[in-house]
Amino acid sequence: MSYAKALHCRECGREYPLQPSHVCEFCFGPLEVTYDYDAQRKAVSRRSIESGPLSLWRYRDLLPCDADRAVDLNAGFTPLLRARNLGEALGLSQLYIKNDCTNPTWSFKDRVVAVASTKALEFGFDTLACASTGNLANSVAAHASRAGIKAYVFVPSNLESGKLVGSAVYGATLVAVDGAYDDVNRLCSELADKYPWAFVNINVRPYYAEGSKTLAYEVAEQLGWRAPDHCIVPMASGSLLTKIGKGLDEMAKLWLLDSVQTKISGAQALGCSPIVTAWQAGTLNIRPVKPNTIAKSLAIGNPADGYYALKVIGDSGGSAVASDDDEIVDGIKLLAESEGIFAETAGGVVIAGLKRLVESGRVDRDELVVAFITGAGLKTQEAVVDKINKALHIAPTVASFEEAIAQRGGAIAGNQGTR
Amino acid sequence: MAKQRVKFTFPQELIKEPVIHELGKSFNLITNIRRADVTEDRGWVILELEGELDEIERGVQWVASKGVRVDPVQGDVVEG
Repeated sequence: MSYAKALHCRECGREYPLQPSHVCEFCFGPLEVTYDYDAQRKAVSRRSIESGPLSLWRYRDLLPCDADRAVDLNAGFTPLLRARNLGEALGLSQLYIKNDCTNPTWSFKDRVVAVASTKALEFGFDTLACASTGNLANSVAAHASRAGIKAYVFVPSNLESGKLVGSAVYGATLVAVDGAYDDVNRLCSELADKYPWAFVNINVRPYYAEGSKTLAYEVAEQLGWRAPDHCIVPMASGSLLTKIGKGLDEMAKLWLLDSVQTKISGAQALGCSPIVTAWQAGTLNIRPVKPNTIAKSLAIGNPADGYYALKVIGDSGGSAVASDDDEIVDGIKLLAESEGIFAETAGGVVIAGLKRLVESGRVDRDELVVAFITGAGLKTQEAVVDKINKALHIAPTVASFEEAIAQRGGAIAGNQGTR
Repeated sequence: MAKQRVKFTFPQELIKEPVIHELGKSFNLITNIRRADVTEDRGWVILELEGELDEIERGVQWVASKGVRVDPVQGDVVEG
């Protein structure tokens, strides 16, 4: 069962009943779900979680919706991989990759949308909606299909056609909006006010965001019920980073972890880095920017949770780091070549940011570090297509093969022995 | 009558300008400030505008044309 208790204003502290609402009526501050932690503590144990399904629903008692009626595509419980090769390349002795590329629509958005769509059905909505340039749209369309309800997905009209397929295939109504990015933002806010839809990151945002906590729960469980020393998290709105902090804190509060002293650091692309800029300036005041980066899944110029992300980073002893587009591509390639994981641009941001943090001494080389890779690279192939080795074109002869290898300037690899 | 919740972010050169006062007066809008953080070199204000829908839209366009950034109170809605 769900132990969600109320919606709580993060600014003025007022409480509201659990309803489809995201803004405090008094101060217009953002609302967040609170829980009855005393009751949760009695109901939840490591054993009860371990006996659950191999999906995010094993944390059902820590989520704000009724898991018995979950919209379930089997999201979550993704691999946590020890990254020895990448660790060696970066100079880290205990590096892990949380690989969320393996989710049903290949990104961590399946976690948040699983919770949002389940809650939407509880509230009686028969339509999901979102505005997105990629991952979120894919996940909303897929979950609506699974739930047997309708979906409206709004995208900027200049979006590449290839990115529309991953939403359209599920039967969602795709709406391409003419105008600047800000116009799409404004329109969707107005639509959310006008139509009785569960707009996943507007009126059901408090529930939606809670799905991100499961990343923290899983990492701690997969490490053998211990918190990492340091987490490196990509930042767009900043919500994911704050929820990883909240997830770890809750585990300590519920006695699932002995202690949590995890530093949480955030990574952005230099072409859209309002949170990092504020961090470097030593202020909690975020100045909105116009995004200009290949990391489009992180291109949020006016991050809703930037202020709160800065607080989590500061309170945890973490840091914030930005990398340029070339470094992002290098990060994608390094992760792929060293660990066999093809991440989207957000993953490149994380690896490039981690490299910078290690080089500047902000990540200790002996810390147990977890890098969060939140989406698969097949969706953003254009970012690397011109930066990788081209195929060798040969005639179907051994001689042609050997000549081509020699022309590239390398010896033919291969040996069989005991490793 | 319609209502709209917005966030205005002011550049430094407009901090001393009575933009919100002029918005209310010129477009016959009730401006109801709920939260704000303004210093000598920057500032943002979260407020509700109440009035005729056309006037709200014209007023918001006028504010934006002055160089003030106008956003929904919940930040960017379009996500990756």
